[in-house]
Amino acid sequence: MDQIFDIDFGSHRKTQVIGIDLGTTNSLAAYMDLTGPKVIPGADGANLVPSIVSVTEDGEFVVGNAARRLLIDQPENTVYSVKRLMGRGLADVKDELDLFPFRIAEGSDSVIRLDIGGKTLTPPEVSAQVLLELKRNAEAHLGAPVTQAVITVPAYFNDAQRQATKDAGRIAGLEVLRLVNEPTAASLAYGLDSRRNGIVAVYDLGGGTFDISILRLHDGIFEVLATNGDTHLGGDDIDNKLLKIALEDIATEWSEDLSRNGEAVQLLRRAVIAAKEELSYVPFTHIELEYRGKQYRREITRELFESLIKDIVDRTLAPCRQCIADSGVAVKEIDEVVMVGGSTRIPLVRRAVEAVFLAKPHTELNPDEVVALGAAVQAGILSGSVTGKLLLDVTPLSLGIETMGGVVSKLIHRNSTIPASASENFTNGVDGQTNVLIHVLQGEREMVTDCRSLARFELKDIDPMPAGAARIEVKFLIDANGILSVSARDLRTGREQTVEVKPSYGLTEEQVEAMIRESVDKAEEDFRERQIREARLEADTILAATEKARANDAWFDLSEEDRNAITTAVNHLLLVYHSDDYPLIRAKIGELNDVTIQLAETMMNTAVRSALKGTHI
Amino acid sequence: MDYFEVFGLPRSLSLDGASLQKRFYELSRRYHPDGFARASALERQKAEEASAELNDAYRTLRDPVGRTEYLLKLNGFEIGEQRGSDVPPELLEEAFELNMALEELREGGPGAEAAIEEARVKFTAMLDAIDKELDALAAVYDAASAREGLQQVRGLLNRRRYIGNLVSQTAKPAVA
Repeated sequence: MDQIFDIDFGSHRKTQVIGIDLGTTNSLAAYMDLTGPKVIPGADGANLVPSIVSVTEDGEFVVGNAARRLLIDQPENTVYSVKRLMGRGLADVKDELDLFPFRIAEGSDSVIRLDIGGKTLTPPEVSAQVLLELKRNAEAHLGAPVTQAVITVPAYFNDAQRQATKDAGRIAGLEVLRLVNEPTAASLAYGLDSRRNGIVAVYDLGGGTFDISILRLHDGIFEVLATNGDTHLGGDDIDNKLLKIALEDIATEWSEDLSRNGEAVQLLRRAVIAAKEELSYVPFTHIELEYRGKQYRREITRELFESLIKDIVDRTLAPCRQCIADSGVAVKEIDEVVMVGGSTRIPLVRRAVEAVFLAKPHTELNPDEVVALGAAVQAGILSGSVTGKLLLDVTPLSLGIETMGGVVSKLIHRNSTIPASASENFTNGVDGQTNVLIHVLQGEREMVTDCRSLARFELKDIDPMPAGAARIEVKFLIDANGILSVSARDLRTGREQTVEVKPSYGLTEEQVEAMIRESVDKAEEDFRERQIREARLEADTILAATEKARANDAWFDLSEEDRNAITTAVNHLLLVYHSDDYPLIRAKIGELNDVTIQLAETMMNTAVRSALKGTHI
Repeated sequence: MDYFEVFGLPRSLSLDGASLQKRFYELSRRYHPDGFARASALERQKAEEASAELNDAYRTLRDPVGRTEYLLKLNGFEIGEQRGSDVPPELLEEAFELNMALEELREGGPGAEAAIEEARVKFTAMLDAIDKELDALAAVYDAASAREGLQQVRGLLNRRRYIGNLVSQTAKPAVA
């Protein structure tokens, strides 16, 4: 039997686990190569994929920079900053709706539904489109299917927001091996090439969320001591401030209210973002808009800008102080502060951070990329390619259950290292009672009404018995992703007890599965076909080149042995050419390439010689 | 497995924090779910549980008060119940005064801030004294493991909780 079938198929199909930063404004993916984490460029060559999704008239999705262009022309078919809606209910986002052009569809109760270009989509489905784009980019870049990922989330994301992110991954056809907190991911990338030990604070001000984490780095262990933040605070808020002023100016100057004009608002938003970004480097600039033949131009100095955003920057400082207090370390023990997120380019932010932490913040890492790079490192840890590093993260919010009088009894306190667990015993309050309802909440306040409802768990099929006789142990486990699971056991019989989960916000398991089925996305199939097509094209090229070379003088300069090797390699390639096994086709192309190198070099030399012959010196 | 067994340690009231942390890091490397990402669903579940138990144990044992309460619980003592005999009457008086001052502060009364600061200093000093006393009791208990020792520890701990609450009241930001 011919040797060509002794190929190790596995080695060609080894899949990469990628790291994804699913951001409010931009998203990006990275992977580990032999030298370290690398960003994966998009199809258009840019590393950052704007987290913008548009639905075309034909119902096709457009994502990223292409969708950003549509934001101006077709604002009603395009959405951005959807991360702000992940895992939230309608009541949570009422205030946002004035500032963001989200069109809410019917039936938005425990999960928000958006109306985008005639489609009704939940935030996880929209995010899934961004993830799909990153997945496609990664597959094109790595030349192999990508099915597993580590996705980052704001450290201060609650259970529902985390679950929604995981759902988005599943809908995009990705097995989410781990959700990693963004500041922690940044610390991984940051602490990678340095054998650092000490206390590090990570200040992460992104497009829509703010996190602060304090970690102890000790011989490859990254132990989060405390975290705090605000999941509704970021660069978006700064943009909105400038936008409001510009809209007011225009209302006065042009006697025209543009605030309901989607196209104009998007153009103006772009203008204020440009001005904001410039002000990080220059002392003054202009906000400029040209719209329907009219011109708006306003000078803005850094001084004015800073006075406008001072309260936003100040809102990040209370969480910083709380985080320091919770971490149990003194400010002077904090060795370094790492800055993450595009908004940390703003000089005022840097000054404020320096004042609180009494340390000069590190800004040498690209604040837009460091989170994705860290996610890739975590992907490497999970797949075994990175060793010696271990991340010990914490849960940002306390977990409790509702007790008598609407009071929350805390079971797992905030800043507990995860995985974390707690057990609580329950009994039947009345004779013959067969079910118990447990209301689980997240938050720091005393009363149920001030905490975030997470889910209601129902213990079912309890054997009927006199009041107080049942003894059921309920175990709450927060896993390494920061997501809660609940199990229950009848202590008298030792039997597992059925627990039914009713999440307060977000999709049920059935809904997610339906979405996965719906979108069972032909991506895998498409990818395969594309790979086969490309492999055959490549084979065509090298076969044609070899054929042509056979007529060249150089061919006859080769030893008989070399000529035979080439002929054999050509035959082997032709044998597999029509199979669907693209890794095999590529392997054979590689072999043919190897044996024709000598021939190619000889031809090149001959060509050079003959070229020189023709010249008159 | 109790929390001391998780770390392979004898049941004692005093523990060396540095070596506990070192052991915690070692065991984390062994049990953390990261090391089981490619294992079967069952193994992953087991790793989550083992890791959770390790983290729960570390959280409890590294904190002197948490550790003491846990050891009391292991020895069959009820924790958390407030017993009148553990709180001396003169403290009730002081607590009452503090509450008055806090009330006054909320109503914007002058001089309340100074009274609260005075109370904070006083109660914090009491707390420190109790912690020293607890350390001494811990050393005695660890040497002999006598149950009567725990009885004393429990009484002191209840007092500590009471004073701890007073201290945290004084620390509350005065702004509504």
